[in-house]
Amino acid sequence: MSWCEWPGAAIGLEVLERYGCRMADGFNLTLLLVGVSVSLGALLGLALAMGRLRGHPILARAIAVYTTFFRGSPLLVQLFLIYYGLGGLRLFWQDIGLWWFFREPLYCCLLAFTLNTAAYQAEVFRGAMQSLPSGQAEAARSLGMGSLATFLKVEMPQAIIIALRPLGNELIVMIKASSLAALVTMYDLMGATRLAFSRSFDLSIYLVAALVYLVLVEIVRRLWNFMEARLTRHLALR
Amino acid sequence: MEKYLTLISFGPEGWGWALLGGAWVTLSIALAALPIGLALGLAIALASRSRIYLLRAFATLYTTIFRGVPELLTLFVIYFGIQMLLQKLWADLGLPGSIEMSPFVAGMIALSLVLAAFSAEVWLGALNAIQKGQREAAAALGLTKPQAFRLVVFPQLIRVALPGLGNNWLVLLKETSLVSVITLQDTMFIASRANVVTKEPFLFFGVAALIYLAFSGLSAWGIEHLERRANRGFTRAGASR
Repeated sequence: MSWCEWPGAAIGLEVLERYGCRMADGFNLTLLLVGVSVSLGALLGLALAMGRLRGHPILARAIAVYTTFFRGSPLLVQLFLIYYGLGGLRLFWQDIGLWWFFREPLYCCLLAFTLNTAAYQAEVFRGAMQSLPSGQAEAARSLGMGSLATFLKVEMPQAIIIALRPLGNELIVMIKASSLAALVTMYDLMGATRLAFSRSFDLSIYLVAALVYLVLVEIVRRLWNFMEARLTRHLALR
Repeated sequence: MEKYLTLISFGPEGWGWALLGGAWVTLSIALAALPIGLALGLAIALASRSRIYLLRAFATLYTTIFRGVPELLTLFVIYFGIQMLLQKLWADLGLPGSIEMSPFVAGMIALSLVLAAFSAEVWLGALNAIQKGQREAAAALGLTKPQAFRLVVFPQLIRVALPGLGNNWLVLLKETSLVSVITLQDTMFIASRANVVTKEPFLFFGVAALIYLAFSGLSAWGIEHLERRANRGFTRAGASR
């Protein structure tokens, strides 16, 4: 008996004992989906925010259209556009040698999730940068700091404090949204649970999955409270 | 190009009417869930400020659960859960045949429950923003507690809560796309079916995205209008526009 059958056996839930290992694999896949898409999304989001604030007006305009599209339509539509739409252009991708990417539902999910969360994170970063008083950058400039040093040493540390809470919320949103991967044949936590339910018709497996998601979200929430307390310890807010 | 226009036209070959019907279902389920979710959210916000420990504990538990569990999972549990419960009840009563749960009702319940959890946070923030003096003044004027809430607190609450509730609405609009999974024939469902039939995913999911974008855009415009109206007593002279 492997370890992942234990919880089900311990509480006497047959369906969890049977599908425990699939659920554990699904949980790992969920963590992978969220971890990769949120971190790549952060990088892309930061670039988009900077492009929108400091870039050429045409670039800023294009980025505004991008964020409006990805924030204004459901993630499910975006996922289907990429999975069925881009994934359906087999001959085109084979021609340019990218078929290995669009063939895999995993990569399609990662692409959709990354593009979506990048749009939301871009708005978070932009809001944080804009809320800094302009005197901060001016003071840095007058001390002779270059624009990169100003960004890294003066603006970024202050923006992170403002952006932290909305970024945490975005991470929680993505943990929940990753369950959509189950709709494009992925066996993430949600997909494994759906499989277990469709074979056993035991609703309690959904409640187990709900509990796992809840614990995951609660851990993130606690972690974020801790990080916020730590980052703002010099501010003595309360 | 002409082929695509035919496909989304309102003619016999086109999916125009079907898509329009789907857009209508999307809008109806969002509008059906909105009042229930907002009212339940306000009740939960009031419960979390209650003096009674059990009510506070319930409010915390409720918001933690429905904010932490994926909406898709909530939807499945409600849909299959109520279905199983109904069928068991049906069989226990010894009635012939079987009973089916309407996907619309299941979707509406699930979306309302989730909306309630998220709007409760907004209501709570707004309740906290209203100064204690307002209630005290109402009490001094001899208003009962329900009167004070209805006549003094609530009208002010709407103004403070409006931006947050507007966000809740925009999130709700997009979340309705999930009900296509339990076979409710909304925009997303029609687009998926059209894709299966015509093999034109870009066209139909693109049109679906545009429908959602149009709803979001219109809503954002409407919310801004409502906010301006709610704030009309607060603009400084000469400062408005």
